[in-house]
Amino acid sequence: MPTILEMRDITKEFPGVKALDRVNLSVERGEIHALVGENGAGKSTLMKVLSGVYPHGSYEGEIAFDGAPQSFRTIRDSEAMGIAIIHQELALVPLLSVAENIFLGNERASGGIIDWRETEARAAELLDRVGLKENPKTPVGDLGLGKQQLVEIAKALSKDVRLLILDEPTSSLNEQDSEKLLALLTEFRRQGVTSILISHKLNEISRVADTITVLRDGSTVARLDCKDGISEDDIIRDMVGRSLDDRYPPRDPEISDQVALEVSNWTVHHPIDAERIVVRDVSFHVKKGEVVGIAGLMGAGRTELAMSLFGRSYGRDISGSAKINGQPADLSSVRSAINAGLAYATEDRKTYGLVLDDTIRRNISMAKLDAVADGIVLNRARETEVAERYRKRLNIKSSSIEQETVNLSGGNQQKVVLSKWLFADPDILILDEPTRGIDVGAKFEIYTVIRDLAKQGKAIVVISSEMPELLGITDRLYVMNEGRFVGEMPTNEASQEKIMARIIKSGEPAT
Amino acid sequence: MSDTTERGIEADAPAGEQAKASWRFLKGHLREYGILFALIAIMAFFQVATGGILLRPVNLTNLILQNSYIIIMAVGMLLVIVAGHIDLSVGSVLGFIGALAAVMIVNWDMHYLLAGILCLAAGALIGAAQGFWVAYFRIPSFIVTLAGMLVFKGLTLWLLAGQSVGPFPREFQLISSGFIADPFGMDGFNLLSLLIGIAVATILAGLAIRNRQAQARTGAPSEPFAFFAAKTALIFFGIIWMSWLMADFRGLPNVFIVMALLIAIYSFITSRTTIGRRIYAIGGNEKAASLSGINAQRLTFLTFANMGMLAALAGLVFAARLNTATPKAGATFELDVIAAVFIGGASMAGGVGTVVGAVIGAFIMGVMNNGMSILGIGIDYQQVIKGLVLLAAVIFDVMNKKKG
Repeated sequence: MPTILEMRDITKEFPGVKALDRVNLSVERGEIHALVGENGAGKSTLMKVLSGVYPHGSYEGEIAFDGAPQSFRTIRDSEAMGIAIIHQELALVPLLSVAENIFLGNERASGGIIDWRETEARAAELLDRVGLKENPKTPVGDLGLGKQQLVEIAKALSKDVRLLILDEPTSSLNEQDSEKLLALLTEFRRQGVTSILISHKLNEISRVADTITVLRDGSTVARLDCKDGISEDDIIRDMVGRSLDDRYPPRDPEISDQVALEVSNWTVHHPIDAERIVVRDVSFHVKKGEVVGIAGLMGAGRTELAMSLFGRSYGRDISGSAKINGQPADLSSVRSAINAGLAYATEDRKTYGLVLDDTIRRNISMAKLDAVADGIVLNRARETEVAERYRKRLNIKSSSIEQETVNLSGGNQQKVVLSKWLFADPDILILDEPTRGIDVGAKFEIYTVIRDLAKQGKAIVVISSEMPELLGITDRLYVMNEGRFVGEMPTNEASQEKIMARIIKSGEPAT
Repeated sequence: MSDTTERGIEADAPAGEQAKASWRFLKGHLREYGILFALIAIMAFFQVATGGILLRPVNLTNLILQNSYIIIMAVGMLLVIVAGHIDLSVGSVLGFIGALAAVMIVNWDMHYLLAGILCLAAGALIGAAQGFWVAYFRIPSFIVTLAGMLVFKGLTLWLLAGQSVGPFPREFQLISSGFIADPFGMDGFNLLSLLIGIAVATILAGLAIRNRQAQARTGAPSEPFAFFAAKTALIFFGIIWMSWLMADFRGLPNVFIVMALLIAIYSFITSRTTIGRRIYAIGGNEKAASLSGINAQRLTFLTFANMGMLAALAGLVFAARLNTATPKAGATFELDVIAAVFIGGASMAGGVGTVVGAVIGAFIMGVMNNGMSILGIGIDYQQVIKGLVLLAAVIFDVMNKKKG
């Protein structure tokens, strides 16, 4: 098969980080090419280089598409060549109809007047191709996530796509929708459309992919041909590349018998759609000095569980009880939850964690402002001292505590969020995806902080979608799926396969 | 990423280093000083253009009286805008409260002090009513206060039955037209006013010096020494000079004292208290603030209640100044107030802005109004020029931010 895409020696640097280091990617025409690697390995960066998000000149190396060298300056350039990316976060306008979304920016029109009949007829054709049985006039917001993804693909097809890139397309889909999507990809292969599939789900990849490129820490470490019979273990070995021991700080847990947080029969309804139950009858506990993990796929309800506990910041009709240190706890508002000794560090630090335009100092003191004030009058000296202390302790790389957090790297932003909660001095700390989108070095530092906190007798709950991380830093694991807790195991008896098995088995009878 | 953890440039660093640090500082704080320079430049321009009329004691006193109600409202509006909202109703509320005061004092013969207190309470209540919908029901403040603007415009008309009501008793008028009494009894010179000016200037300079010493103890003083000295001296002598000028006329106006107190109190609240800090946090990122245990709803509510109370105070001042309540009072004042706050460096998105900036912004508008009127420039051109100044100030802000 001839090569359709050849990326050679791609190097992309950000201030202080080499995101890609001489990466090679070669994709053959009409194949499904899987791109795998851990979070932060450089997959998304590589795709942004390819699609022109990072314009030609901001990286080193060459891109050849269809045998001709390319220098994309914008996304439009790459789209013109027939390269389409479907991102994890869908780029659809919920209030517009399916047909309008498909032809957004590419309207079927003559002289600025939209030809609705053609729009709808063409949309219906495309929907047929992706196997979506919906009226083209339906607003996209009325569709489920799986169907919305299909609309995105139809949109890509409408532009005569020749290379379709899917970034974690099944991460937020249920098993059934995932199956459909994979079947669609194999159908496209038959029709001659080339796809690049970025995914963490190795079982899916080993089933549909023809070739696999493995990235690790910004480099290409392997190109595997699936005809040779590749096992998931082979892929994992290449992905991880080193033993788990080096990536996580060693620890010997000192877990007390005292239960710090005990939650019983916690049920949460969706904030808008009150009929929908997002968290169903969940019970769990954490002991002092223990690190407990909650594993699950995206959309399992883990963040919703945590936020509903933390001062009812999510959901409605919340029922169930929570005890802290054996006493019934008042978690009715964020303030009272903090006072009761609970803290929650969000998964989305830019939206929910930081006031980005404010300085490191002001962000760190935010959750416990009273402690740096005399009455209502702020004590600037004390606040400065606190901020300096945490900047040193967590090794926040910045010019000073007066630097605005918007200019910090993801890892350092996360450290500011952690500092804020460490300063609030909780007994129980819930960390939601504490290492999402940050580099390997900063991850290690954050793991070390978690370990040290546990040693001090704090109870820690870690929510993470990265199973190796959970296996590396926790003492005990809960598995969550579709709003329910479907398993519990000590970490030393757990494995990725066991966790996935719990998730998949729990999904079967329900659907 | 270089790890520059040094504690700033020490005072005894080489001169080259200091100059570089000063330059860096100026670039970083262009906006804060820029607005002050702009006011001084505009004042200097009109002082020359009007042949010295602008800073004549009588005109300076007039300038302050004319702008007092805008400045009083700008202080409240700053908080509203920092919290990420807007209040379009303040002009109408000002008119409504003026009408209410007139009805109570003139028609019902109520004591002016009692009426004043009731009016402030009514203003706070109006603000609270609007803030209630904004804070607890998340109705956009633009809509709620647009409705409020129409409602209170109508209620003013209804209250006054379309007529002007006045005049007010003399004691009430003194809010706006009175000057502080002078116990020294010098002929044509109000010594107490000058003494107050000197005292205030000294206290401000003393506070600034103490603040800087505290900073030096805990870490890096943020401002190079030359800047600090120049700024402190400028403010010190500026205040003494202004009070000299006014003492030479009739002394400090009563309303000036009220204004100065408000500016001092609200400056302190915004920059040095937990309440102020929390309002900035809400404006910067309400979700993050809420998840840090800040009661965003209650603070938003209080911000609007406070705005209503200050609009009421401005309403009393304005009615006392005109010595009558008219159905047209306050029309389009909200636009002047909002413009002042934005010229003063506040951001539409919330989380940014200072009380002093808003006051300077109000003075920039006021000096331009006054200067252009003295020059006999028509109201048509005046509007155009003021509009362009507002646009230029905000463009400057945005460009400055992009560069940084």
